[in-house]
Amino acid sequence: MDFIIGHYNYWLVIIIMMAGFYTVISQGNLVKKIAGLNIFQVSVFMLYISIGNVKDGAAPIIEQGVELYSNPLPHVLILTAIVVGVATTALGLALVVRIKEAYGSIEEDDIHNQDHSL
Amino acid sequence: MIDTHLSLLIVVLPLLAAPLVAILPSGRFAWGVSSVVAAATFVLAWMQLVNVSTGNIISYELGGWAPPWGIEYRIDAANALVALIVAGIAAITLPYALRSVEQEIPTRQQPLFYSAFMLCLTGLLGITQTGDIFNVFVFLEISSLSTYALISLGRKRQALTAAYQYLIMGTIGATFFLIGVGLLYAMTGTLNMNDLSQRIPDLVEHRTIQTAFAFIMVGFALKLALFPLHLWLPNAYTYAPSVITVFLASTATKVAVYVMLRVIFTVFGFSVIEDTPTDELFLLLCVAGILIMSFYAINQRDSKRLLAYSSVAQIGYMMLGIGFGSMLGVTATLVHLFNHALMKGALFMAIGAIVYRIGSSRIDDFAGLGKQMPWTFAAIIIGGLSLIGVPGTAGFISKWYLVLAAMEQQNWLIVAVILIGSLMAIVYVWKIIEALYFNTATEQPHTAVKEAPLMLLIPTWVLVLANIYFGLNTELTVGTAETAVKLLLPGAN
Repeated sequence: MDFIIGHYNYWLVIIIMMAGFYTVISQGNLVKKIAGLNIFQVSVFMLYISIGNVKDGAAPIIEQGVELYSNPLPHVLILTAIVVGVATTALGLALVVRIKEAYGSIEEDDIHNQDHSL
Repeated sequence: MIDTHLSLLIVVLPLLAAPLVAILPSGRFAWGVSSVVAAATFVLAWMQLVNVSTGNIISYELGGWAPPWGIEYRIDAANALVALIVAGIAAITLPYALRSVEQEIPTRQQPLFYSAFMLCLTGLLGITQTGDIFNVFVFLEISSLSTYALISLGRKRQALTAAYQYLIMGTIGATFFLIGVGLLYAMTGTLNMNDLSQRIPDLVEHRTIQTAFAFIMVGFALKLALFPLHLWLPNAYTYAPSVITVFLASTATKVAVYVMLRVIFTVFGFSVIEDTPTDELFLLLCVAGILIMSFYAINQRDSKRLLAYSSVAQIGYMMLGIGFGSMLGVTATLVHLFNHALMKGALFMAIGAIVYRIGSSRIDDFAGLGKQMPWTFAAIIIGGLSLIGVPGTAGFISKWYLVLAAMEQQNWLIVAVILIGSLMAIVYVWKIIEALYFNTATEQPHTAVKEAPLMLLIPTWVLVLANIYFGLNTELTVGTAETAVKLLLPGAN
């Protein structure tokens, strides 16, 4: 029981990761796929932030009288990853706009059929 | 100054060129600047390789922060060889790009095209230069994002869906890698590859380290299109603009193979491949990939798609060497990585020259073109021979080392698979050659088709001649690969 409750953030990470991953695989709608991809990436951000936590550590801001800080490095790393995630989302959505212009649809099956009925 | 900052300049030059090129008014101007930068990068990469070819290691501390706290660029013979391929192919592809891009990309978008190309080059070179595993992720995403944009610029609308598909799969791959890096950091508290390599041996039994290894392997298997994770590749290569197909086919997957080598042998250490089922799994997937993908290639009707499937099969050859986990095997991987860049570069350039003239890459449309475009046709023949692995070409050297590595382990099944793969390559290369030379056009004869312009032919032939040169003189490829392998697999025999 302790194992389950003590690691609740990791369980959340796994649930969110799988939810996002499943959405990417199962959805035929291109925008929903991007949303799933985002959820998938967010779970990794949570994983990193969980790793950075030090038991009983304060927020990593220098303050008098505080000895133990959490590790700020994973936060910095994940800032980079968030930026990358934003860029990926933007590019993905831009592609969806172009696909909509070219095919008149954002449903994967529709697009597939259009290319193969030629 | 150049000497001390050499390793950094290789990455920074194209990075600085990217925004500059984007604001230039005309495509021709942007092309000029990009070409100069690519050529300069190539010279720097060459100097770097000369510095480390004797077995030296260059360690460059970014911003003067000492590793393992700061980011370190750590160059040995393996990085330098891969960086040379990437910079070299970029320097040869850009002269080719001028005419091809003028035809395929709208004038307004050309400066942005070259800008994205420079960013892609930055990312790929950054991956090879860096000694920091998180930095690999950052550069990976720089190169991937620009690649998605570049693929989507293809003329057909399928280019858009190909880019989208690659974006989804590429991001999943990169995120898997990120998860693996996070788990490694959680266990070791470091991101420096060299530092990791010293800490991991004590922890290798730990479940988290093994999970990290699995995540990183799957992530990069997606990026390098290891069968059966190759689904994004055929569409991306088929519908991308000709120049981008040339560049990606010769560099992107190669850099991913290099990261795989680095992670397996430097970060985790040689024994990880024997302690886990990785080697058996790689061998199995490679054998399946070589046979099934070569079969797919034989059945294609589009020349670019045919070569794309052949690329997936060739990735199988490269990963075979890693699967052997022996010095000869990894030497074969590095040599094939170099040689395959030359042969696929030459072949895709020649196909691009045909596309430039007739606007189609379908094999049926090629009928009789061989007589009208003799130089392009000759380039395809020599490139094809190299792909098959005929003695006297670069392809033979790679196959030779692969077969040696397989025989060393008395793995006759793999020897057979390598030979069968070569026989299948004869069939699919012949398919293109037959259409070009022996078929006569039935519907509309291409009576007006001229030989490709010199701006396309010269870069193609540079690569074709390189295929022959490196088939005869293996000092650079095999010599450097052997030096690299000694550093990658210390203590192995």
